[in-house]
Amino acid sequence: MSAVATDPTPAARGSAAPPPAPARAWWRPLLDFFSSLRLTVVLLALSIVVVFFGTLAQTEDGLYVAQEKYFQSLFAVWSPHTPGWQWLKIPLPGGYLLGILLLINLLAAHATRFKFTWKKSGIFLTHFGIILLLIGQLTTDLFSRESRMRFAEGEFRNYTEDFHSTELAVLTDTTDPTLEQAVVFPESRLQSGAELKHNSLPFTLRIVEYFPNSDPEVLADPASATNFTGIGRRFAFSPIPVTRAMDSKNVPSSVVEAVGPDGKVLGRWFLSAWAGDADMANVLFVSWMRSFQKQGDGSPFVRARRLVDDITTPQTVEIGGKSYTLVLRPERYYQPFSLDLLKVTHEKYQGTDTPKNFQSRVRIDNPGTGEKREVDIYMNNPLRYDGLTFFQHQMDSSPMNLDGRPVTVFQVVRNPTWLTPYLGTLVVGAGLMVQFSIHLFCFIRKRTA
Amino acid sequence: MKKLFLWLLILGGLSSLRGTAAGPNAAYDLESFAKLPVVFNGRHQPVDSLGRNSLIQIRHRYGLYDAKEKREVPAAEWVAEVMMRPEVADDRKAFRLDHPDLISLLKLPGKDESRGEDGKHYSWNQLAPGFKEIEDQARRILSEKKDASQRNAFEQDLLKLRNALTLYLRLKNTVHPQDTTNFTEELAAFEQAIPGGVAAAREQQVGRSYNTNDLERLLRFASRYDVIKEMEPPLIIPPAPTKTAEDWQRSGDVLLNHLRGEPLPEALTSWAAISTAFRTGNPTEFNSAVARYQQQLAANPVVAPDRAKASREVFFNRMAPFYNTMPLYVGAFLLACFYWFNFAEWARKTAWWMVMVAFVIHTIGLIFRMWLEGRPPVTNLYSSAIFIGWGSVGLGLILEKFWRNGIGLVVGSSLGFVTLIIAHNLALGGDTLQMLQAVLDTNFWLATHVVIVTLGYASTYVAGFLAIIYIVRGVFTKGLDEATGKSLARMVYGIVCFGTLFSFVGTVLGGIWADQSWGRFWGWDPKENGALIIVLWNALILHARWGGLVRERGLMNLAIVGNIVTSWSWFGTNMLGIGLHSYGFMSGAFLWLGGFILSQLALVALGSLPFEYWRSHQARKTGSGPRPPGARPSRTPEAVAA
Repeated sequence: MSAVATDPTPAARGSAAPPPAPARAWWRPLLDFFSSLRLTVVLLALSIVVVFFGTLAQTEDGLYVAQEKYFQSLFAVWSPHTPGWQWLKIPLPGGYLLGILLLINLLAAHATRFKFTWKKSGIFLTHFGIILLLIGQLTTDLFSRESRMRFAEGEFRNYTEDFHSTELAVLTDTTDPTLEQAVVFPESRLQSGAELKHNSLPFTLRIVEYFPNSDPEVLADPASATNFTGIGRRFAFSPIPVTRAMDSKNVPSSVVEAVGPDGKVLGRWFLSAWAGDADMANVLFVSWMRSFQKQGDGSPFVRARRLVDDITTPQTVEIGGKSYTLVLRPERYYQPFSLDLLKVTHEKYQGTDTPKNFQSRVRIDNPGTGEKREVDIYMNNPLRYDGLTFFQHQMDSSPMNLDGRPVTVFQVVRNPTWLTPYLGTLVVGAGLMVQFSIHLFCFIRKRTA
Repeated sequence: MKKLFLWLLILGGLSSLRGTAAGPNAAYDLESFAKLPVVFNGRHQPVDSLGRNSLIQIRHRYGLYDAKEKREVPAAEWVAEVMMRPEVADDRKAFRLDHPDLISLLKLPGKDESRGEDGKHYSWNQLAPGFKEIEDQARRILSEKKDASQRNAFEQDLLKLRNALTLYLRLKNTVHPQDTTNFTEELAAFEQAIPGGVAAAREQQVGRSYNTNDLERLLRFASRYDVIKEMEPPLIIPPAPTKTAEDWQRSGDVLLNHLRGEPLPEALTSWAAISTAFRTGNPTEFNSAVARYQQQLAANPVVAPDRAKASREVFFNRMAPFYNTMPLYVGAFLLACFYWFNFAEWARKTAWWMVMVAFVIHTIGLIFRMWLEGRPPVTNLYSSAIFIGWGSVGLGLILEKFWRNGIGLVVGSSLGFVTLIIAHNLALGGDTLQMLQAVLDTNFWLATHVVIVTLGYASTYVAGFLAIIYIVRGVFTKGLDEATGKSLARMVYGIVCFGTLFSFVGTVLGGIWADQSWGRFWGWDPKENGALIIVLWNALILHARWGGLVRERGLMNLAIVGNIVTSWSWFGTNMLGIGLHSYGFMSGAFLWLGGFILSQLALVALGSLPFEYWRSHQARKTGSGPRPPGARPSRTPEAVAA
């Protein structure tokens, strides 16, 4: 049997001229084109080419950028980075374009050429599964959201943090450490010259400057920065190019002014994610400690710790007897439940640094449902809860908090369509199995006949 | 025929029983010594494996040929010498150097048979004058070229040599400091030094006058043991019966703990007895010390699994199932090719049985390895090669069962042999049973995703090799008649179907694993993409065939390209990790991969030659034979559906 048994004659398939039928509708050749196996083969070949060049590009662009450029796009151009070869530019169709065309090809073929027979049930199943997979990948790209949860043993969190975007939070009430009240401005509004207002704030925030990515610096002469209130007196942040590499992070900083209702400037602050992001403060601590060590300082730990305490000092606007704390930090997604980190386990193979197991024991506390239970999260054993999936994230290091408590990082993914690939795989697998079994039985019957 | 087969089996059996010639250490029971359990790189293993895996890293062989003694020194004997008789080991040419610049930098002698120099292997003592040079160079390379991809072949070889020297040094300080001549006596002296030394230290702390000699004597011991502990040598002291199996210790640890009042474990005294007997040349005492230590271990329930595993692993090392099947595959390959020339059925039958026997040994080896590791068959690149070979041979045997024309045998035996050669070279990296990183530590996914995707690789290779047979036989011989061509086309088609199924399911299972471990079903990382390309390529072949875009010959050419695609996915993507633009990239494995790809392209070019250049075609034309393949529409239902 043949997959194209419905093809009337070999001539209808190929480049041979179409039969001279005068009554053909104008869209017929178009449909023939889009439903042809020739197109399938060409599209598959192009997909291979794109995947290949997209993989090559990762060595230079990093995974994140290459993925956007080649797979989540309509068109792409590949160019080698080798000196002397940069003139070479290879235009390529992007992943989305190929995906859409393959989808059209598949649907058109089924609409015109295919007639369902049991002998072809496998092909139908396979193609249906492929459609599911293609759509699943697209919806994942569109709807899934990745964030992180980083906390130390003994802490709890009811929010996750975005790895790629920042927010400016004004904490209005910090009396209860377990309940934060804040006015939050998203990154899209943080632009040099912008004015940020909110009903519950008795002042306006003016963004004097905003650096999407920055480097910190300890001022040698603090007296030179007297026009700043807060950490700006001891530290300065300078803009650096935005990074798009995988697993490297942009750390924004911003100069802001608070303006009272009477138009009086209440002060000028240097806000930075280097201070507002606990992760980055840790990075600073380690790098400062190393540099003090290199300088031969007697107590690098104490000195670095003091600097980190300085840079993370809360910066407040005082007005009307109340104080408001300003923080530039990773964007937070609050959840209706919280996780308590009870214990972090990090095992290594004996006598080596090869990690054997990372494990976190957490307690889920959901006041809405009254649910309270303990659960272990470790490699290959994520927690799925309330539409979110928590994965044990670190793979090779065992970071600690500044006070020496072990820290855990969860990758948190919200992907409403996470089941489609599972379903798609099952369907395609079954389809191929059915189809090839039919082939095999026919073959064996013929041989034994 | 049967007689010949019997002889071949006997010969095969004899060849695998390669005994070791008696050397000066023949009186020592090194076989029992080889079975002692130790822990290194986190893995519980016998001393034998410790020696083998170290030697393969520093000498690229599992044994060491000593030209002076004119014999092969087995790994266990070599490691015994390194640990306990270093003055002998330091003269053995255990280090392999490949780069000529490295040899001249270290002012080492070139090839000179008369003086026993082969220009490649050097001893610790020969290298010793160059240690400072090696260290200076290494420090420069490591600080200037942090990324391994920036280093050229010389720099990589230099760092490799430095690693080999470090490994050797660690081995030398495993039981006791390398300069110890009689460890039993040293232990006694250490014990004697403790009371006086500790008393003097206490006096010193409270500021009273103390015996400087006593204190210094003890501190000398302490610093010796601290030095060997810091080198992180293998862990040889088993846990006490009250502890867990994960509480092995280094000898340096227990010696220092002894200073803090902990008793010396019996095991250390036993190792001291073994070492002293070996050092002083007393085989009787050595044998009984090893036996005594084995008895001690037997009495300790915590190490029972380690002991059992150690003897199993030594057995496995001796059996060397994969290494020993290689000659069988070669023999079968030659016989099956011979069959094509004269169609002597006995040749095909013999080849069939040889491949069968090899396949059984191959299978036993795989199962034994799984039992040793407690894991599914594929855990690293090395075992993927073994498994691809196994799958290919299995497929080849199935094909042969159906067609009985020698083709399945040729494909199975050649792929079996080639993959085992690849595996052998991959083993140069060190321990092939190494422990797995945390993220890989899941038998479920290793058993499903990895096994299935590897079977996908195997079937794509089988299809590719079948296609090579088609083209080589078609172009160069008269052997490709129409029936053979057609049967080859069916085989390729069937195997491609099989390959599509396996590579697809395997690849997507990998996605599901990724979704389970970090929440991303598809991350577009190089290895995933490589697997995806195989799936797409197989789908392309099937669709091109169904659409009549290719016929018999086109199918073959596409299948050969499948070899390139699979090799890229298997090895090429791993090389990407170190960077494309680098010199390192141009060395070793990359050259092989490049060469392989070129050879496959050449075969495709050959396959695209017009039919009048094909010898088989000429034969068909001159004879009254049937028309050549491809010269008529091959899209008869039979040809397509097969």
